[in-house]
Amino acid sequence: MSVATTANYLNEEKGLKSWLFTLDHKRIGMMYLFAVMIAFFLGGVFAILIRLELLNPGQDFFTADTYNQLFTLHGAVMIFLFIIPAIPAALGNFVLPLMLGAKDVAFPRLNLASFYIYVVGALFALYSIVAGAVDTGWTFYTPYSTTTSTSVISMTLGAFILGFSSIFTGVNFIATIHKLRAPGMTWFKMPLMVWALYATSIIQVLATPVLGITLLLLIIERTIGIGIFDPAMGGDPVLFQHFFWFYSHPAVYIMILPGMGIISELVTTFSKKKIFGYKLIAYSSLGIALISFLVWGHHMFTSGQSEFSSMVFSFLTFFVGIPSGIKMFNWLATMYKGRITFEAPMLYTIAFMFLFAIGGLTGIMLGAISIDIHMHDTYFVVAHFHYTMMGGTVIAFLGGMHYWWPKIWGRMYSEKWARVAWALIFVGFNVTFFTQFFLGSQGMPRRYYNYLDQYQPLHMYSTYGSWMLGVGFLIMAYYLIYSIYKGPKAPNNPWGGLTMEWQTTSPPIQHNFEEQPVLEHEPYDYDTRMVVNDQLIKKEDVKEKENINV
Amino acid sequence: MEHAEKKPSYLQHHFADMEQQTDAAKLGMWVFLVTEVLLFGGLFGFYTFYRAWYPEMFMEAHKYLDVAMGTTNTFVLITSSLTMALAIRAMQLGKKKQTIAYLAGTLFFAGVFLVIKYFEYSHKIELGMLPGKLYFFDGIQAANPHIFFSVYFTMTGLHGIHVLIGMIIIGWVMVRTMRDDFSPEYYNPIELTGLYWHLVDLIWIFLFPLLYLIG
Amino acid sequence: MDPNGSLIFPSQVSTIAPEVDALFDFILYLSIIFFILIVGGTFYFVWKYRKKGEDTFTKDLSHNNMLEVLWTVIPTILVFIVFVWGFKSYMKMTVPPDTSMEVKVTGQKWFWTFNYPEGATTTNELVVPVDQPVKLLMSSTDVIHSFFVPNFRTKMDVLPNRYTQLWFEATETGEYNLFCTEYCGKGHSEMIGKVKVLSRADYDSWLAGAGNAGANMKPEEFGAKLYKDKACFTCHSIDGSPLVGPSFKGIFGRTEKMTDGSEATADENYLRESILEPQAKVVQGYQPIMPTYQGVLKDDEIDALIAYFKTLK
Repeated sequence: MSVATTANYLNEEKGLKSWLFTLDHKRIGMMYLFAVMIAFFLGGVFAILIRLELLNPGQDFFTADTYNQLFTLHGAVMIFLFIIPAIPAALGNFVLPLMLGAKDVAFPRLNLASFYIYVVGALFALYSIVAGAVDTGWTFYTPYSTTTSTSVISMTLGAFILGFSSIFTGVNFIATIHKLRAPGMTWFKMPLMVWALYATSIIQVLATPVLGITLLLLIIERTIGIGIFDPAMGGDPVLFQHFFWFYSHPAVYIMILPGMGIISELVTTFSKKKIFGYKLIAYSSLGIALISFLVWGHHMFTSGQSEFSSMVFSFLTFFVGIPSGIKMFNWLATMYKGRITFEAPMLYTIAFMFLFAIGGLTGIMLGAISIDIHMHDTYFVVAHFHYTMMGGTVIAFLGGMHYWWPKIWGRMYSEKWARVAWALIFVGFNVTFFTQFFLGSQGMPRRYYNYLDQYQPLHMYSTYGSWMLGVGFLIMAYYLIYSIYKGPKAPNNPWGGLTMEWQTTSPPIQHNFEEQPVLEHEPYDYDTRMVVNDQLIKKEDVKEKENINV
Repeated sequence: MEHAEKKPSYLQHHFADMEQQTDAAKLGMWVFLVTEVLLFGGLFGFYTFYRAWYPEMFMEAHKYLDVAMGTTNTFVLITSSLTMALAIRAMQLGKKKQTIAYLAGTLFFAGVFLVIKYFEYSHKIELGMLPGKLYFFDGIQAANPHIFFSVYFTMTGLHGIHVLIGMIIIGWVMVRTMRDDFSPEYYNPIELTGLYWHLVDLIWIFLFPLLYLIG
Repeated sequence: MDPNGSLIFPSQVSTIAPEVDALFDFILYLSIIFFILIVGGTFYFVWKYRKKGEDTFTKDLSHNNMLEVLWTVIPTILVFIVFVWGFKSYMKMTVPPDTSMEVKVTGQKWFWTFNYPEGATTTNELVVPVDQPVKLLMSSTDVIHSFFVPNFRTKMDVLPNRYTQLWFEATETGEYNLFCTEYCGKGHSEMIGKVKVLSRADYDSWLAGAGNAGANMKPEEFGAKLYKDKACFTCHSIDGSPLVGPSFKGIFGRTEKMTDGSEATADENYLRESILEPQAKVVQGYQPIMPTYQGVLKDDEIDALIAYFKTLK
């Protein structure tokens, strides 16, 4: 163990080919990270352009058609290309085997295949921009999507292909978690991030095929007109919504569950405290995964579905909220009597608590049917899902990225600039989206290119906020990229974490661990273990010493 | 490598032993099969919805499907599942030639299935019993008969694609058997192919009564 | 914002609105309490238990059954109350009283048409009497739209293959915004109108006059009114700028190339055909997306529009 080695997964093999054909989960994770960051940048640019157009009512910069294409692209790119793969396929790929003490995921070749399928899907999705762009919104509602003249097929085919990438990642993770845990690591000794990825994988595997078949039918409908979504031919366009949300509601938990997993890691590491209610958090991830399949109809309270369905869906919606609430309380209790430090990942954890609380509580408002009738398809919903998806998932993703960055690259980033970017993102986010709650409750519908003058002031603040967000992200891009080349060398365990990924070198060697690690303590045993300057200190040793001294 | 004991060539580096590798592969396959079930599950959902909406039309339109051909195909597929299982058994016993023969048999029956399907399809295409806008048959009185054929063609079409993919995989496994890749100690790919093939068979066993034997 | 409304909601103008707002307020107050608990707690803890001095082991506080049961059960009870309350109001929204008057609503790209049983037809302006339950029977001729009046707190999708219904009882006279809230393409944000709530007497006299709206106007004036009322302006300008469709400026007598390559001159018959069968001849450079006005415009109204077109030089 003491052999000083500088060989690691980044430099052991060289050249572009060694990356493109790699079977190493860490390299595949990094290629994913690179790809999803490009997608995030693109989606972000689309968002800034949307906000720019909405600065004033009427036509400022784009025509209505261009605007409609922009919000469609923003939604589709952010959801299918960024947020779904961001945590599982990029960060998860890197940390899952490390956290389990494994050498790789169960199926490395499938892992690489999933990345290339992602790339092909992304190319199809982005090709739609050249081929005349899509203007349906990312939800592709029929019959609009079957009748519009834009290139719906290229985009939906892209989403269909991306679905396979997501399924393969899910299959791979499930097999990995079942079969490749280090000796001694029983199910309830796994890090909670692993539980979260497990629950996520279950949803990916069960929900994605249904979206796949639905998009496939949409494509066939557009090409040869099979009539099943076409009201003129005896088909039912609303059926598409049912099938679409059967996937897309569970999909929001594909997005948030891994984020919650990251928060569980961050809150323990930076509080140096055993997680409060381990089993409850683990079970609530599975609970969320299961109930998430039964709530899709809450997207359709105004669609003409029966009152009985609405009642059932509303009821179940509240019960998917409870496990999320439980997690929030558990994290809070974890901080109690901790030893808290405020490095960048912890700042993101605090931001998550703040933003996700708002996202969750406004979700309760929307779950009440009578209120949803008013709020449905207004900016209130837009604000709500940005608070959960961006305030929740993206903030957790950023926290996780800052947390594992030293492990990934072996370099530290500038803590000072990280704080500046964090502050800009946190404030900018709230300015952009808190205003939208009021826009929505006052009646401003979403996907509006033009709006009544009375909504102008709030739209203006929202746009200003988006600029602040943009600057925050540019600063982050700068100091992170700078750190890869010029950052100071990172220790193996800069934050004093007790999960297995911190027991190997930074960056890890190609096969992750010199020797097969064996679980010696549980992931959050901060009551008896701590790590100071990469050295593990055990409580029993300290006691012995004290006894000798006495 | 520092590993002292010899590892068999087919054991991948990140697994501790063959048992772990085989278990992982089997689990992965089962999970993948679940996604396949849900893929078809979506279509069964559409089927259920439209059958509930247009019960008379489904009743009338299904009579134009050829029950004799459908029944034959059911037997053909079940037989192919049997030969697939026998191929695995043969490899467990180390009988390479038998394995190849059974795999060839499976391929043959899969081919027969597709040929019969081809005759069914071309008959329908000739008469205009086609999905959606392509429909031009005028023998069915009930409204919206094209919906039935949309459902029929997408379901059997997707199933047909699965049969085709299955044939490619069986062919590849057969080539690997000839190359002596497998032994009674290592025949996991044949077993996994078998799992997949049984699922393809199983889906047909659901499709057949739902489409051909309504009522 | 609505000057009569609150910070959060526009003014309450339907019988159901106070009920919706009351539930919202209830959840809002609960949310503030929970927000202070969670986020206030977070801030308090991270400050109080920030690292001071040396690294130390921390306490093993990983369970507290009492606490865990409490923060599972209390929120569960609260959301159950919210659920029942929300569902009860929703049931009131969905069942129109027997005394409702009925108006037929048609949504199409990108305007609303309202047909009254008495024969009146309006576009983008729903006129209703105050304190009278109104039931809307709605359908679409193309894609899905959604009928939303923020002041009434009510909304319902408008579908192409079946009727949906929505009812409300307005409680105050005035003009209120009507939005389409289901994305329907290029003109989605222009598919807005007004709900005019009149006193019973004003409504009756409006209804009496609505049948022969153009009776005491010159045809071109009536045409100009129709151009606005029937939402022609959504797609056709009168200042020469091309929108979704060609501009009406100088349209009469203009000769244009059609998409099929032929040429056509916009005379009376051409204009009439283009209104009733818009897809018959489409000017090159535009898409064949205009809906038919068959049944929306009467003969005298088409005459009036053509008279109006002639004045647009």
